[in-house]
Amino acid sequence: MLGTLNRLLWTLVRGVLRAVPTLVGVVVVSFLLMQAAPGDAADVMAGESGTSTVETMAILRARFGLDQPVLTQFVGFVANLAHFSLGRSPRWDVPVADLILARLPDTLLLMGSALGFAVVLGIGLGAVMASFVNRWPDRILSVVTLLFYSVPGFWTGLMAILIFSVGLGLLPSGGSQTIAAGLTGWDRVWDVAAHLVLPAAALSTFFVAVYARLTRAAMLEVQGQDYVRTATAKGLHPIVVATRHVLRNALVPVTTVAGLHVGSLLGGAMVIETVFSWPGLGRLAFEAVMKRDFSVLLGILVVSSVVVVVVDVLVDLLHAALDPRIEGHGHG
Amino acid sequence: MPTITRRAFAGLATLPFFAPLAGLGPAVAAPTRGGTLRLVMATESANLIPIDNTFGTTGIIGPKINEGLLAYDLKFNPVPQLATAWAQSADGLSLEFDLRPNVTWHDGKPFTAADVAFSILTLKKVHPRGRATFANVVDVETPTPLKVILRLSKPAPYILGAFAASESPIVAKHVYEGQEIGTNPANAAPIGTGPFVFKEWVKGSHIVLERNPNYWDAPKPWLDRIIVRFIPDANARSAAFAAGEIDIGGDTPVPRSEIETLKASPTLDVVSDGYAYLGNQSQLVYNLDNPILAKLEVRRAIAHAIDLKQVLAVAWYGQGVVSPTPITPLLEAFHDGSLQPYAHDPKKAAELLDKAGHPLVDGKRFSLRALHNPFADANSRAVAYVRQALGRLGIEVTVQNLDFATYVKTVYGDRAFDIEIENLGNAFDPTLGVQRVYWSKNFRPGLGFSNGAHYANQEVDRLLEAAAVEPDTAKRRRLWFDFQKIVQDELPVLNLLSNHSYTVAKKSVRGHTLTIDGPRANFADVHFV
Repeated sequence: MLGTLNRLLWTLVRGVLRAVPTLVGVVVVSFLLMQAAPGDAADVMAGESGTSTVETMAILRARFGLDQPVLTQFVGFVANLAHFSLGRSPRWDVPVADLILARLPDTLLLMGSALGFAVVLGIGLGAVMASFVNRWPDRILSVVTLLFYSVPGFWTGLMAILIFSVGLGLLPSGGSQTIAAGLTGWDRVWDVAAHLVLPAAALSTFFVAVYARLTRAAMLEVQGQDYVRTATAKGLHPIVVATRHVLRNALVPVTTVAGLHVGSLLGGAMVIETVFSWPGLGRLAFEAVMKRDFSVLLGILVVSSVVVVVVDVLVDLLHAALDPRIEGHGHG
Repeated sequence: MPTITRRAFAGLATLPFFAPLAGLGPAVAAPTRGGTLRLVMATESANLIPIDNTFGTTGIIGPKINEGLLAYDLKFNPVPQLATAWAQSADGLSLEFDLRPNVTWHDGKPFTAADVAFSILTLKKVHPRGRATFANVVDVETPTPLKVILRLSKPAPYILGAFAASESPIVAKHVYEGQEIGTNPANAAPIGTGPFVFKEWVKGSHIVLERNPNYWDAPKPWLDRIIVRFIPDANARSAAFAAGEIDIGGDTPVPRSEIETLKASPTLDVVSDGYAYLGNQSQLVYNLDNPILAKLEVRRAIAHAIDLKQVLAVAWYGQGVVSPTPITPLLEAFHDGSLQPYAHDPKKAAELLDKAGHPLVDGKRFSLRALHNPFADANSRAVAYVRQALGRLGIEVTVQNLDFATYVKTVYGDRAFDIEIENLGNAFDPTLGVQRVYWSKNFRPGLGFSNGAHYANQEVDRLLEAAAVEPDTAKRRRLWFDFQKIVQDELPVLNLLSNHSYTVAKKSVRGHTLTIDGPRANFADVHFV
């Protein structure tokens, strides 16, 4: 018991220690990269206006602090961070943390359901493929997963909208809820779920394919192990062997990759979010780049890297649970 | 421009509805109240009130909440909004407004002349175009709470066209006074006098506006609520229209390639009226700092090589009219319709290039860097056409595709281009929309949408400056005609076309295109049938 607790603590400490240089790196590199992008927030806002004067540009730059030297801007940002503040967005004139927090629930909902769906379906399909290796269910599913893997998400999304929203009228074509409908309780849950189905499904197709292939490969590898032969020799039912001995050990690579995907999906679901006008972090990040609203982009990068580090720790803990041989201080 | 006389508007103001102006079928005698209008937007502006900016989306949302002194019917005639009557003195040095009585702000405070004076002086100080529009305004007097008099140092003949809500919104003095305009929280949660009251703005998702029960023009507004939805993807917007989830969208909300199909739709209306206030105009800007393009023969040769009708057909799918002069045909009072485009004549173009000292050597004469404003995807098709047309002459054109911020900086900051396709609209008057492109004093590197060609002609400067202060409409027209002739002759900019914009709306939505600024109206008249 004490050992488990120690292991947990050690994993946490290690994660936090690893997080600090990662975060510093993220902040420095992204800040420098953004300086290299041509134009600034004032250019964009003046540009959107279609009209501008030297005076209005100067007002904007002064308000955004863009008239300060780069080093001053950087020090200001780091000082803010040290006070656990992400600063203010020049464009929206609100705290960056507010913008991110407003998007976070919808982002996590979309990401969680898409990844959850992908993991369950992917592992299921992979297990089926591994059990019927080189027979027709395996062959058919291989083609299906290849399709899932190679069709771009925006196309899947648009096709889904055309079929289910425009054609059949079953599901809404975009947004994360019916706006100003005043729904509460189960009506609201139902409403959000209806809005969630298409984007989550479109987002998950690629990951379903990845997890299915991974599970299949890992299970095939584990099937050749001695302990599996032992379990079979003990007279255990094939299903028990497949689930408890093979699948459980095959899950380690799948969960590792899924953990990595959490990080990339946090800001990387931009295409799906755009197609479904889903108010998520990916779009916020994309728009921050286009509008040169760098404090927002930095904020998203910092939050994302924190989430990645946290998920990393959680995955380590999960691995420790899946496979007791993986120690907290070792590498899984 | 409208005739500038005092008008008694009592008669018009009591009419329940200005629908006969709509051109959208017969007026409905008594619109029914109720309904939620779902309005779609492609982009989300940084704030909602066009008091210190001219963002496209702010110009659409703002007027529902904060009104202007006037609106303009489809023929450019001013009609009352917060002002009930107006008069301009013969010398053009004073402009008087009678204000509408018994109007209250959404927070319950009364609307008075002090609000109008404050708004106009604020626009003069911080609005990108208002600085020019109201530059000659030296004082705004408020002799009574319902009367405003603008005193001008010089005549400003365009000024009476500037009082639409999208251009010169009237804001509450008590909300804005004593604070920096740009950071006032009311920019994102406006308080106005308009038919709709701001309720919420969920960034990245939507805005909700509720009916103003105390609106001065009762029983309007007819709608209960407006929901603004932000859908960034053009295909997703047309899918949302097709699925019936959107009632209306302005500024061409669907891909241009779908406009023709939608015109035949049994459920949707596609209207090109209601955009003259923007004065759409697209042009090819030459960088005259390039020694090759500094030669008039070369610019003329390029003009002869480009078929404007083809540009219109290929880039804009024919959605617009060819407009070879700097002033769009939309501004009828000033457009010189007698000026013809340079004849499409590649042979003549080749001769001109030979004469200019750029003969064909190994199939090539010289090369040019071409940029285009990514704001409209038609521009990328236009630049592709230009590349082909010039390629046939032996001019090698390299096209660079830049994102918006980089584009603005490259063209107007670094000036690292040779030719570029741009959309510099005329606005509602050439002094405000055209002068900036050709006036030598507006060559200001670093300033977006200025004189990007680096054109300098004293006579043109004189004409522009005279037209800006000429109160006599006929004389002013002559000045602008003279200007167009010179520019057409010297070609610092090759003017291409005036593209149409479209409002797409469900057929059941009525009353949305009654004014020259269509979707930028206050929507008090919009209703469902």
